[in-house]
Amino acid sequence: MYTPKLMELIKRVEATRKERLHQEFPPLSAKAKDELLHAFHPDFKDEVFRTLEVGPSKGQRTPTEYADVFEAWSAIDPGSFDLSKVDREVDVLIVGGGGAGASAALVAQEAGADVLLVTKLRLGDSNTVMAQGGIQGADKENDSPATHYLDVMGGGHYKNDPELVRALVMDAPDVLAWLEQLGVMFDKEPDGTMITIHGGGTSRKRMHAARDYTGGEIMKTLKDEVLNRQVPLLEFASAYELLTDGGKVTGAVLYNMETDEYMVVKAKTVILATGGGGRLHVTGFPTSNHYGATADGLVLGYRAGAPLLYMDTIQYHPTGAAYPEQILGLLVTEKVRSIGGQITNIEGDRFVYELETRDVEAAAIIRECEGRKKGVVTASGQPGVWLDTPVIEELHGEGTIKARVPAMYRQYERFGIDMTKHPILIYPTQHYQNGGLKIDDECETEVKNLYAAGEVSGGVHGTNRLMGNSLLDVVVFGRRAGAAAAERVKSIKKAGKVTLEHLKSYHEELEKAGVPRDRTAPMLLPEYRRPESAARKIDNNV
Amino acid sequence: MSQEMATIYVMGKPYEVPKDLTIMKAMEYAGYRFVRGCGCRGAFCGACGTVYRTKDDYRLKVGLACQEVVQDEMYLSEIPFFPGNKATYDIEELPPTSESVLKLYPEVFRCLACNTCTKACPQDIEVMEYIQAALRGDIAKAADLSFDCILCGLCAARCPAEIVQYNVALLCRRLYSRHIAPRSPHLEKRVKEVKKGKFDKDVEKLMKTDQKKLAELYNNRDMEPKD
Repeated sequence: MYTPKLMELIKRVEATRKERLHQEFPPLSAKAKDELLHAFHPDFKDEVFRTLEVGPSKGQRTPTEYADVFEAWSAIDPGSFDLSKVDREVDVLIVGGGGAGASAALVAQEAGADVLLVTKLRLGDSNTVMAQGGIQGADKENDSPATHYLDVMGGGHYKNDPELVRALVMDAPDVLAWLEQLGVMFDKEPDGTMITIHGGGTSRKRMHAARDYTGGEIMKTLKDEVLNRQVPLLEFASAYELLTDGGKVTGAVLYNMETDEYMVVKAKTVILATGGGGRLHVTGFPTSNHYGATADGLVLGYRAGAPLLYMDTIQYHPTGAAYPEQILGLLVTEKVRSIGGQITNIEGDRFVYELETRDVEAAAIIRECEGRKKGVVTASGQPGVWLDTPVIEELHGEGTIKARVPAMYRQYERFGIDMTKHPILIYPTQHYQNGGLKIDDECETEVKNLYAAGEVSGGVHGTNRLMGNSLLDVVVFGRRAGAAAAERVKSIKKAGKVTLEHLKSYHEELEKAGVPRDRTAPMLLPEYRRPESAARKIDNNV
Repeated sequence: MSQEMATIYVMGKPYEVPKDLTIMKAMEYAGYRFVRGCGCRGAFCGACGTVYRTKDDYRLKVGLACQEVVQDEMYLSEIPFFPGNKATYDIEELPPTSESVLKLYPEVFRCLACNTCTKACPQDIEVMEYIQAALRGDIAKAADLSFDCILCGLCAARCPAEIVQYNVALLCRRLYSRHIAPRSPHLEKRVKEVKKGKFDKDVEKLMKTDQKKLAELYNNRDMEPKD
């Protein structure tokens, strides 16, 4: 329900709607974009970063919140930890039960490997399940993988790893066909033609969707298939530390989230598919991410010796919910803008082309609020701008919103806001970690036998990811990691020794750098208890 | 945020919490740290299905803890897991018929059409309608009606016939998409073209292009019109 004060302000948006209806708002020039980013994008605020002093990417600029988990002690003491009893031996250990992990598991098992899929929460608990807008893939006549390639490179400011981008765009059609074959319910015309639309930064309409539950629909299907094929699965089992023979990865210590017990798994190869770190709340931003997005896989891989790439570029999704308070930071899918939603300031005036890349769009909204002071401020002090949604119904007819973005309609309807009649208030939210563990195009990190796929990896998206390329990323690189790990297994006769040697050296580095002892990682779960109650806890739970 | 307080009973135990919080945030305010019963926190994952009752009302209501705002004198319990039956099958081999559904989930026959499932759905899905559609063999309708399902399991928890609706729904969507919806002709064509190497040269050329030239190509690329 809007407050009377907000209802008053909405009148100004309504007043300009008619003249905005067919108004063309021009995209920014390359130079203007650059200036805007430098002035208002949080990635360019030096005070929120620090330079890593330990580990393989020493010297890299990293957001403070991430640096705090990299420069942190393990709760395991490598000197005394008992690894003598190996609980399980497998070919491929896959850590993470989202889109990348599930894809990897299906492909690796199909290739004949003995797989174990472990996940901190439930199978499917991931950012994949929350992805709404779509999945890219150049499958239309007027499009090509080369065109897709150029969009990805430009969007990523040419910092992307070309090999990874090639893998992304060339695998895309096959990935879509694979998902179609598995029974993902894509939006289609009656003749089977995929309904595709634009996303921010696309030059062709190549966003495929399953209404606005695209990631959910993909994840439900992959999950169902993992269960159908009876892939060995452990839920509520978090990887707590990797195991190495001093160099190569040889397994992991798992932690039972419910009984606090640990388990030793020996593995010929390990795939990290643990996602990103939205729940670290970089610079205090709200986040659109899943509860489990605490950067655990990054920490584990980094300690084992895998370097990082572009950790200083965080994607703020331009349109997080700014009101009502209960859903602050939750995503309003980019699809709302793809189908015609317009962004306006407090006066009801447009100030940015709606389909700029996400970094530019977010920076423009921050500028409108902080710089030009033309944002709306709610009773709780949260700034925001309007996303005019009724204009969608005027453009495409009544019922468009319910049919094309039902999850969004429901999200607002639950709080007494009808987005077909009233605009919604939005502000950027921490959404995606553009960087991550450096991988090659078979997903191997610089640590032998350690693979990474999905948001935990870096390089695919350069320093800014486009909408619809993360769902694509998780399936493309999940499948590649699964195939490559299963192939590698064939050349490993016997799994190596399991030790914590790498952790010993890492701890020595921490000691030298003077990292405080009470700073530990991986985080596993974020802390949302009130400081007053958290301060009085007696438990030893991590 | 106002600090008007409400009393909620979490599994019977009272806590004072701010009145405008969601159930999930209220439980965290009270000192809970979730392992189960918390997932995406945005109504997409189905981890936090909740059953509640308010004072002087015998009726049980449902909601998602991440979306539902607390009320004074609310008695609640999350149902973070439901041990429902999940059949295993090979989607390739399964015809999209009611026989397939009933072979895997014979309990669908037992549907009493009581509509309790529909009332228990926090997504406002016409659950009974899609179960009836599946029973009739209208797989396309079952797929369409159940599309927004997030697998929270509340329907199955309340069903007197012990049907696991959400798994039936998932089966129907996969059957529909795999066997009834027409395949995408342009996709099939493109997959073949990629395999034949049709785009290799174009992409390799771009990979070798220096950044300045690439930026020039990017900034001047032709854009497909919005509509």
